[in-house]
Amino acid sequence: MPSTRDIRRRIRSVKSTAQITKAMQMVAASKMRRAQLSALAGRPYATLMNKVLAEVTHHAGDFNHPLMEVRQGDRRAVVLISSDRGLCGGLNSNLMREAGKLDKDKTVFVCAGRKGSQFVARTKRKLAAEFTYKDTPLFAEARAISRFVQEMFRKGEVDHVDVIYTNFINTLTQKPERVPLLPLGEIRAVGAGVEGEDSSSELTKGAVEFLFEPDPANVLGALLPHYLNFQIYQFLLEAKASEHSARMVAMKSATDNAKQIIKDLTLEYNKLRQANITRELLEITTAQMAMGN
Amino acid sequence: MAETLKLEIVTPEETVYSEVVEMVTLPGIEGELGIYPHHVPLMTQIVAGELLVRKGNVETALAVGEGFAEITGTHVSILTDMAISSAEIDEAVAEEARRKAEARLEEKLSVEESAAVHASLAHSLAKLKVKRRHRN
Repeated sequence: MPSTRDIRRRIRSVKSTAQITKAMQMVAASKMRRAQLSALAGRPYATLMNKVLAEVTHHAGDFNHPLMEVRQGDRRAVVLISSDRGLCGGLNSNLMREAGKLDKDKTVFVCAGRKGSQFVARTKRKLAAEFTYKDTPLFAEARAISRFVQEMFRKGEVDHVDVIYTNFINTLTQKPERVPLLPLGEIRAVGAGVEGEDSSSELTKGAVEFLFEPDPANVLGALLPHYLNFQIYQFLLEAKASEHSARMVAMKSATDNAKQIIKDLTLEYNKLRQANITRELLEITTAQMAMGN
Repeated sequence: MAETLKLEIVTPEETVYSEVVEMVTLPGIEGELGIYPHHVPLMTQIVAGELLVRKGNVETALAVGEGFAEITGTHVSILTDMAISSAEIDEAVAEEARRKAEARLEEKLSVEESAAVHASLAHSLAKLKVKRRHRN
């Protein structure tokens, strides 16, 4: 049976935990709003870019770009976009489960975010590079990652490049996803959180040939790397939005739990206090009765 | 009824413009392009500069950054890193940005930095050009 002092001490400690989780929830909530807005704002651009690219590669004729080359091998690089910090519910463990499905020997990891590289190190997988990105991802950070994987692909070190990230669906739902990035051989009209429109596929069926100005090599040469840079950037934005949303939800439930515990403990404390008082009264009256007789 | 084009201008931050228009003039990499409905399908890079839109009898000017334009007979899609209408351009701010960028060019810069500076210089020049021409 714990004493009233023990219970008081526990209540105090749970209270301070609740304060911290509450503060984290607030911080995550404000960051979440910003991250969500920028993730959603990037989607029209990504959709349009996907559409354009799908049409263009379809109509570029027999033009080939090194980034479009489809190779037979099965060596794979995976860009693993995770968060830097924990305390965000199942977000990272879901991501890692997705990453763990891949063949250990044929996959090298390129990590963005510390949790991902910790996972890679812990499970003794191959780590090719580690990148960091800030709370509001910068385009330059995305470009660095994109450059690196393009270089790996061009040199023939890997035959495929995939991205594992958390797709932001809404505040309560985030889904870890693995999407292929390279080769751009057959561009799927699906990108970061964006479903391709049906109208684009109708358009691609029509046998219109595109003119290119100055010429296909130049236009595609500029468009493809830009597409990849932007795609990675959008992935980073989605991952950030997911992270903050997940953290907010996790912290909210932690705060709620703490409040529940405080309530239960207070009840127990009061019961115990009352029992003590009753016992003391009993002792006094018994003593008095004994003296009176 | 006159033939029309669907014009969409999208930047990474937002969809800046999405309307049905009659004619678009855009700064292609090999010179200005005037696009009317039924244009041949064309894919081109665009450079920072002035983009003119004609809708009815109203002509609107926008400053755009580098990017890509996809043109078909019925629509024009523009992907760019900047797009701002002349009404929203603050001349003083743009002028300031231009001076800063020019000053930065004097310094020794890495490839990465100099690309960024050149881009911001091109952006501010495009803004100034649009603003000054459509002052009245």
